[in-house]
Amino acid sequence: MKKIVSGLMVMFALGQTAQASMEDDPLVTMFLMDRFEVLDNDENTRVWEGSFWIGYDINKLYLYSEGEATSDGLESSQNELVYSRAMAPFWDVQMGLAYDKSDDASKTWVEIAISGLAPYYFETRAALLVNGEGNVGLRLDAEYEALLTQKLILTPSLEADLYTKDDPDMHIGSGISNLEAGLRLRYEFIRELAPLYRYYMGKNIWKYT
Amino acid sequence: MRRRTFVKGVAVTSLLTLTATDAEARTRSKRINNRNILRGNEFFLDIDYTPVNITGKNAVATAINGQIPAPTLVWKEGETVTLHVTNHLKKTSSIHWHGIILPAGMDGVPGLSFDGIAPGETFTYTFKVRQHGTYWYHSHSGFQEQTGMYGAIIIQPKRKEPFAYDKDYVVLLSDWSDEKPETIYKKLKKMSHYYNFSRRTVGTFLDEVKEKGLANAFSDRKMWNQMRMNDRDLSDVTGYTYTFLMNGKNPATQFKALFNRGEKIRLRFVNASAMTFFDVRIPGLKMTVVAADGNHVKPLSIEEFRIGVAETYDVIVEPADHKAYAIFAQSIDRSGYAMGSFTPKTSMLAKAPAMDPKPVLTHTDMGMDMGQMDHGGGMKCGSGMMMSSKKDLEKDKYAKMESQRYPITQLPMKRGLQTTMKAVAPKYRLDDPGVGLRNNGRKVLTYADLKNRYSTRKAKKPDREIILHLTGNMERYMWSINGIKYADSKPLVFYYGERIRITFINDTMMNHPMHLHGMWSDLETGDDNHLVRKHTVIVQPGAKISYRVTVDARGAWAYHCHMLYHMAGMFRKVVVA
Repeated sequence: MKKIVSGLMVMFALGQTAQASMEDDPLVTMFLMDRFEVLDNDENTRVWEGSFWIGYDINKLYLYSEGEATSDGLESSQNELVYSRAMAPFWDVQMGLAYDKSDDASKTWVEIAISGLAPYYFETRAALLVNGEGNVGLRLDAEYEALLTQKLILTPSLEADLYTKDDPDMHIGSGISNLEAGLRLRYEFIRELAPLYRYYMGKNIWKYT
Repeated sequence: MRRRTFVKGVAVTSLLTLTATDAEARTRSKRINNRNILRGNEFFLDIDYTPVNITGKNAVATAINGQIPAPTLVWKEGETVTLHVTNHLKKTSSIHWHGIILPAGMDGVPGLSFDGIAPGETFTYTFKVRQHGTYWYHSHSGFQEQTGMYGAIIIQPKRKEPFAYDKDYVVLLSDWSDEKPETIYKKLKKMSHYYNFSRRTVGTFLDEVKEKGLANAFSDRKMWNQMRMNDRDLSDVTGYTYTFLMNGKNPATQFKALFNRGEKIRLRFVNASAMTFFDVRIPGLKMTVVAADGNHVKPLSIEEFRIGVAETYDVIVEPADHKAYAIFAQSIDRSGYAMGSFTPKTSMLAKAPAMDPKPVLTHTDMGMDMGQMDHGGGMKCGSGMMMSSKKDLEKDKYAKMESQRYPITQLPMKRGLQTTMKAVAPKYRLDDPGVGLRNNGRKVLTYADLKNRYSTRKAKKPDREIILHLTGNMERYMWSINGIKYADSKPLVFYYGERIRITFINDTMMNHPMHLHGMWSDLETGDDNHLVRKHTVIVQPGAKISYRVTVDARGAWAYHCHMLYHMAGMFRKVVVA
């Protein structure tokens, strides 16, 4: 499965609240839309990937969401709402709930994750999930930003999902269930707005296990 | 983007007159009468929102007497000055008299010296002037300094000064942004490299591979990559959003200082920026430094100097030719410059020289220069080379400072998530002009060159010493001292009458101009007989520096980094008990 798509990266879309005093640790909000595409097909498929956070230096609340939806109401998505706490200079520990949707089925997970910047500037996240049926999942993400110029940025990424059990409704298989390598090329007109070009190869492995 | 700073200033820089909608504002502006220089011993200063157009876009400043910079105040040493400051803003405001020795209650720091000046209120400052030289004043509330609240102070000496000049000019440098300072700060919290468009690229790395081979290039990058540090991180806030000003004028509208050939002119440089270090020179002219932070130093001829935020330098120049000279102040990261013309007539304008190459931080700036470490790599600004060629000499010079032992008062220190870097081998680098100025072919002022004009031989020796680490988490944009931010810190206690030695170790890659209120900082430069007297001391990245403070002022005092967006965390309250 190979896809080449284009999209937009939008940052800081939320307004700034002006603060009167100089607090060293003001309430900050950040909205990052890594990807938003409307595909030119019969179903008008919309694909998105993004995150939102609100909080302070140490404590934040994160919402992650990625997925696709069609005009006839079918949707598959992964959504996570986690409390995030800075524990080390570059690392946050996150705890919360994940909610997956796959057409008519859905699953809720309890989640614990670490997220941060690894040496050599790898933006990394590893999440451990458990659901009510005793399925344990591990979702790994890593990406790297290579500056071709100050504004043209190439981002290779790697994503792997592993589970202990099969769950055909959710298109999940035990072992490595999903593997995806991607390349995103974006041009930052301004930091807040960057059209991007995306190429990725993925393998949904679940059916073969 | 890089060129944007230059063209940004094309529109006329002018302070629009106050919108004459309400009578009160009209009367006020009449009284202000746009006077740039106020003399005497009683002053009326009004703080108000003021429409400005500095970049071609309308914006609202918080200005004093409707001017940016605020009027230059001229005082006389020995007189008592009274300053009535009225706050017309909707928020609390304040004015701090930077570098002025005065009672704690007159220092103007809300929460420490007084409650601040509430909206609509007038606060009257009054104190005896016990010093002379070039100083400045600014708001100490919120980010108001960034939006225009700063001006120069000239104090005329009681006795004749030991140098002559025909006339003098204030050259006040500042940085203006149309963005709200709160917005700038939040952007840095979200993405600390938001304003940095000089980052390393794939091309930079490939050039290094070409130059020294893959293995060497990779190993040179290793430490930076492992520590997640960027060697192109010179300024947090850059010319991307800043327009750099000289006496309120951008490079297009140009401040003009007039001279007649043969005259000796004293230029009083003040860096009133929120976040910008400037490298200053007047191509074609040598400058004789006569004072630093208001205090006389042994005259020294130089071609360039770096001025940290809040520092002042007085120089004397003697233009020999009938031509316009550029007073050129490039920002430390070379993302822009402030510029004016030093000229025989206003119709002759100087051309801006080319900016120097963008500096690249070295292992030295990381406090990791442990001998030969950064030599093989052939780093661009090869401080390593400079250090080694002078190595033996330097060893002797600073050995004394290293070996001076005073009882050390231990202070709490945390190495948690507030700190991403530790200078493992911090050194005294007083003769290091700093990144971007090393070996540039010009005579650049260093702290080692500064010598007090008067002997300090009889000054008391320190009774004890404290060591303060300047710490930060660049990635999260958090700043602290000893890994503890101001909000979580306990006051530093100094004892009245003691002489304390303060040693700073900079565990970050940024220069921090450290400012102690109320008392002088007598900087050790290797010559105890001529300790140079300052109010603001730059601590270079990865370096260490020591100075001595005679604790002669009771009360609560602010002690902080003068980078506006570092200050909230990198701050201590000092209590003199």
